[in-house]
Amino acid sequence: MGGLQKKKFERGSATNYITRNRARKKLQLSLPDFRRLCILKGIYPHEPKHKKKVNKGSTAPRTFYLLKDIRFLLHEPIVGKFREYKIFVRKLKKAYGKTEWSAVERLRENKPTYKLDHIIKERYPTFIDALRDIDDALCMCFLFSTFARTGKCHVQTIQLCKRLTVEWMNYVITSRSLRKVFLSIKGIYYQAEVMGQLITWVVPYQFSHDHPVDVDYRVMATFTELYTTLLGFVNFRLYNSLNLVYPPKLDSNAESEPKEESEDDYAMNSESYLEKLSALSASLARVVSSAEEEEAQLDHFPTEGIRSAQMEAREKELKQQEAQKKLFEGLKFYLNREVPRESLAFIIRCFGGQVSWDKSVCIGSTYEMTDETITHHIIDRPSVDKQYINRYYIQPQWVYDCVNAKVLLPVEDYFLGVTLPPHLSPFVEEKEGDYVPPEKLKIMALQRGEKTGNEQEEEEEEEEEEEEEEEQEEEEEDDNGDEEDDEEEVAEEKNLKKMEEQRSQGKVIFKVTPGKLKVENKARLEQEEKAEEKRLAIMMMKKKEKYLYDKIMFGKKRKVREANKLAAKRKAHDDAEKAKKKKARK
Amino acid sequence: MEDIALSFPDIRNTVGNIPVEWYKDFPHIGYNLDGKKIYKPIRNKDELDDFLDKMENPEYWRTVHDKQTGSDIVLSDDQVELVNRLQRGQFGDVNFNEYEPMVEFFSSDVMIHPITNRPADKRSFIPSLTEKEKVSKLVHAIKMGWLKPRRVEDDGRGRYYDLWASEDSSILARHRMHLPAPKIPLPGHHESYNPPPEYLFTDEERALWEQQDPGDRKLPFVPRKYSSLRQVPAFSHFIHERFERCLDLYLCPRQRKMRVNVNPEDLIPQLPKPKDLQPFPTTQSLVYRGHSGLVRSISVSPSGQWLASGSDDGSVRFWEVCSSRCMKMVQVGGAVKSVAWNPNPSVCLLAVALDSVVLILSPSLADKQVILSSERLLSAQQEGEEPAEGNGSVVWSEAEGEELNQGVRLKIQHPKAVHQVVWHAKGDYLASVMPDNTSHLQVYIHQLSRRRSQNPFSRNKGLVQCVSFHPIRPYFFVATQRSIRIYNLVKQEMTKKLQANSKWISSMAVHPGGDHVICGSYDCKLSWFDLDLSTKPYKMLRHHKKAVRGVAYHRLYPLFASASDDGSVIVCHGTVYNDLLQNPLIVPVKVLRGHVMTHDLGVLDVTFHPTQPWVFSSGADATIRLFT
Repeated sequence: MGGLQKKKFERGSATNYITRNRARKKLQLSLPDFRRLCILKGIYPHEPKHKKKVNKGSTAPRTFYLLKDIRFLLHEPIVGKFREYKIFVRKLKKAYGKTEWSAVERLRENKPTYKLDHIIKERYPTFIDALRDIDDALCMCFLFSTFARTGKCHVQTIQLCKRLTVEWMNYVITSRSLRKVFLSIKGIYYQAEVMGQLITWVVPYQFSHDHPVDVDYRVMATFTELYTTLLGFVNFRLYNSLNLVYPPKLDSNAESEPKEESEDDYAMNSESYLEKLSALSASLARVVSSAEEEEAQLDHFPTEGIRSAQMEAREKELKQQEAQKKLFEGLKFYLNREVPRESLAFIIRCFGGQVSWDKSVCIGSTYEMTDETITHHIIDRPSVDKQYINRYYIQPQWVYDCVNAKVLLPVEDYFLGVTLPPHLSPFVEEKEGDYVPPEKLKIMALQRGEKTGNEQEEEEEEEEEEEEEEEQEEEEEDDNGDEEDDEEEVAEEKNLKKMEEQRSQGKVIFKVTPGKLKVENKARLEQEEKAEEKRLAIMMMKKKEKYLYDKIMFGKKRKVREANKLAAKRKAHDDAEKAKKKKARK
Repeated sequence: MEDIALSFPDIRNTVGNIPVEWYKDFPHIGYNLDGKKIYKPIRNKDELDDFLDKMENPEYWRTVHDKQTGSDIVLSDDQVELVNRLQRGQFGDVNFNEYEPMVEFFSSDVMIHPITNRPADKRSFIPSLTEKEKVSKLVHAIKMGWLKPRRVEDDGRGRYYDLWASEDSSILARHRMHLPAPKIPLPGHHESYNPPPEYLFTDEERALWEQQDPGDRKLPFVPRKYSSLRQVPAFSHFIHERFERCLDLYLCPRQRKMRVNVNPEDLIPQLPKPKDLQPFPTTQSLVYRGHSGLVRSISVSPSGQWLASGSDDGSVRFWEVCSSRCMKMVQVGGAVKSVAWNPNPSVCLLAVALDSVVLILSPSLADKQVILSSERLLSAQQEGEEPAEGNGSVVWSEAEGEELNQGVRLKIQHPKAVHQVVWHAKGDYLASVMPDNTSHLQVYIHQLSRRRSQNPFSRNKGLVQCVSFHPIRPYFFVATQRSIRIYNLVKQEMTKKLQANSKWISSMAVHPGGDHVICGSYDCKLSWFDLDLSTKPYKMLRHHKKAVRGVAYHRLYPLFASASDDGSVIVCHGTVYNDLLQNPLIVPVKVLRGHVMTHDLGVLDVTFHPTQPWVFSSGADATIRLFT
């Protein structure tokens, strides 16, 4: 056999991957620069299919990048900028060392900067791609916008984040695209549907942050750099799509213009403008002012039966959505000072409600507390001294629950000082066999339009209790029945055994006992047969399939077990509550 | 000042302006002009002295402590005045006038004479060389592009534009290998600030959560319930979580994982229904009780009327199959390892292995004709010449006295303990197995009609577990610990070696057609070999939970059974086709239970009825059971 000997690891997957260190050397970058480049360009390590092959026979833990990705980085103009920055730092240091202040100033003025526009365009070739990835950007920007303007990052970054998030919220309000909200212990989750994409973001509660020490803020800052650019472009495009002016301007001919006087309180005009925007109480100026909102209407196509059913379903969904968009229309809210103003104002405005607050809380309040037309007063304290008769005093959870339920829930459960019903996550979609909390069932019934008064409910509950008890009894009976069957069998077997023993011992007692009519449960027999058939077939499975099957079945069983556990816990809790109630009654 | 100098000794310190602490450890405080030590005052004032001084001394307020000399100085009136002036921010000199009229040297009035008469410098009217140098340097720097004009700062307001104005798919090509990062999972009811009560942790769950490693926890947080929104505190791990997400995005290796989305029902193989494969034994119908030790071996007579069983209690019992009645019992005086009924229907003989003896019994449970013919077979040799003592180690002897009455006809004494006896299909040859790792004397083939024994193997190929004759052709199967060897008895050579893929073979059975073999092993496996197909098992069945003790084929029906230590007998349907291209069809049809586990042993032997689809099993609970 002729030919050269083939060497190992010179072809195939070993050549497709490159380790991080080698990649860094190839790019001639320091580790922080490489990291920054990877973050900005969206390059991430890949897990090779055969790690040992790629690792050239070694099993040492290494991270691998695709060689193509690294090659692609070689031509990135930003790498040049990184080098320039390095040189700039060196020059600056030198100038400082020589105390040449003029040189320092000159250098400072010409500090190299870079733009990320082309990277955004490259990473997200279409607008939809960008929207799909905007979740993280929003979360990050909302987090940064809540940072104090000291310490951890540049003030400009925080301001930019604040501005961009305010713009985003204003867009969501104007387009009425908010779908779900959720008060979690981490923060407030929002989900909006923008151009068909579901976008979820979380906003922390308004508290000053306890900055952890083991977080590398440089990494976060690099991400924020990218995300602010992305969010800026996305905002621009979104504003354009709604014919809104970008950067956003308040609608000058709207009635709810904040009063002029408040402007004096702010040092800078631009700052006050941003504040007014972030108050979220005023609508935005449009490029084409007269543009009315076009109602989305599905065109009717002459179609066959099956598709038309689909269309009907879609139409129904759309109708529901439209209804949800106008959920709070015609309602006038007033926020007490202890409720989270930004979140509530955002949500209420998203669904067409009017909202105001105390003048001293924030700029942009539109009406006073004394306004007689206020319908809902949102308050989060045990009691108030002066109550107006013609408005509901409710706790803030009502707003969130209404949005998730897509209907206006009865306000009675949310009155002042009332123990609130549990707040459920709107993101959980229960499949068959999952545990569904009873509150969810109630809300679903409400959505279907089954109205139940409070008293009625109680009665129902009681009835339910009784029914439950009855059911339990029945079940027990059923169980007993089964047991009886089993017992019979057991007894028979015992008898047989006894007889056998007697026979083997030689004492044969012949006895004729009255025979019993054996009732054969046909369905049960059939079921048993089927079960046995299945068991036998499972025995014939191949080893691999058996493993997979066992795994799947284990997962299923675990799910069922978890659901059962939750149900049992709930039942125990309810029973305890009931017992308490009864005691209290007595 | 003069008189002061005269009246007091000059105690000025010459050490200079140094920290006084340097002299802390010395008795002196410095040196005077003469170079003599200035000693510290002998007694330091304490607080009480100080206080008394303050109360009594009218000069106290103007007394200053001189650290350099360690003495107290009383300030004079002038000095006090000076201090006061300085404290007020006035000049120290009383006579200094701060507000003298200003003399204006440079005024709008042009004077006729210059202020100074100095002639102008030459450099004032010659262009400066150094300046020129500097300017030229700057010019050069600008020309070379080192110096850039001041950049116009954009405030960031106008820096956004419609980036996606012209969407083209040219860049999309690069994204083929792109794996988008998975989104953060959405929060469930657990995370609510006011969750339903069932989602809150109980005390045990909470304790478990705290004990667990953060990586193992199902939830990264403890569900909490707050009665109102205003009580919800800040989440302490918020920044952490975002940071971890960032790390995941740029550090975590990504791989495309194909999620198997299989319906588990699809994984179950589609087998013919057991109902369609009838007949097969389904229920336990008879139990044969009588033995007091575990029943190691059972065998059914070729007519199907009698069942022989050998037990550890040293007896061989003969049962009538249909009535489960023990017809006869022979005490052989030793634990019976194996019994085998002669398959020839024209004779009625039973081989029994115990210790190192193989007994040939004539139970006389048949027609007279048959009994006679079997007696004739046994006595054929006697009439002829004396048995050739080909193999000195095996001794044939006839039974006498009591034993003869019981039915024992012949005794074949072996050199070692015999574990198994097997008949050839014709009923004249008999093979016995004496497992021994060290010798080649493990298998004997005895010829009954000529009372001859021979050892077919000259070499030891491993511990022999069991042997079997081919039902039709002159082949001999020998199962060693891990493989089955097939020998051609005519050519006296090995034809095949089957790899059982199991650790320790326990039993073996040959299909009546002779082309298939099943073997059970102590590692719970049952392997089916198709001799025409391969030397590897055609099918491995792992349906027993414990060691497989015995396997058997049915002579007529396509059935086989395996008995295991888990107390069950599994009957399988195994159709064999004449067509070489079609593989055997194996379907388990019934799991038969009944035997009681004793001493971790379940069923020890299994055998089929020769004509009916019935299966017998013998167990460690001293019973034999018939399943029909």
